[in-house]
Amino acid sequence: MNINIEEKAATVLIEIKEERLDAHNSSELKTQILALFDEGKNNLVIDLQDVRFVDSSGLGSLVSGFKNASARNGNLKLCGLQPQVKSMFDLTRLHRVFEIFPGAEEALASF
Amino acid sequence: MDNVEIDIKVPNQTRYLSLIGKIGEDVARTLKRYRGDREELAYQINLVLTEATSNAILHASDDAADRTIHINIAVINRNLHIRVFDQGQGFDPEALPNQDFQEPGESGRGVYIIRSIMDKVNFSRVDGGHVLEMIKFLH
Repeated sequence: MNINIEEKAATVLIEIKEERLDAHNSSELKTQILALFDEGKNNLVIDLQDVRFVDSSGLGSLVSGFKNASARNGNLKLCGLQPQVKSMFDLTRLHRVFEIFPGAEEALASF
Repeated sequence: MDNVEIDIKVPNQTRYLSLIGKIGEDVARTLKRYRGDREELAYQINLVLTEATSNAILHASDDAADRTIHINIAVINRNLHIRVFDQGQGFDPEALPNQDFQEPGESGRGVYIIRSIMDKVNFSRVDGGHVLEMIKFLH
């Protein structure tokens, strides 16, 4: 999976450089996020601006990250959702769970 | 709207989900005289194909890596029919609990998504496996 991980002060920015986040690559994302928690990095921003398509397992990997961050008194926030990706969060009502920002700058500044 | 039918057979592996989804999107973009939002329909077909196929792959038997998944996409009389055949134990959408919006879990959204998008969903046993049949009215 193509992914950029960059530390921004106390927060980590994860850019997903894939067109799809689906059952083929979502477990890899979950593993990458868990590795960050193991390093004590509990405040994450996931930038989805390159992601055109997300399925239920892609959403599941984000929920997993969110729950693990919350359990460690951290947070996982999202940014850069394309309209059809955003509609998936609306359909599954996950827009009520995640803090969603237009861009990475706003998301990082919110911590 | 012309009648169209496409048969896809791929190995039982998630690396083929993207290909299957793209074929579904191209069907939506090619339909004659479809009056709705074509890009929305393209995303929806991609999504239900991805959900149904990945469920078939994930619920297949352990020795199923060398088996094939068979997908049939058909537009007949202004209805979109999608059938996903598996050679394993399959998964029955009726046997799954309803989506719990209060306690968001990591899994269990696939069937909810399929039911939200498609007008009819049916799961049945066929020779050597199961078929998940989904219909969407296109008018």
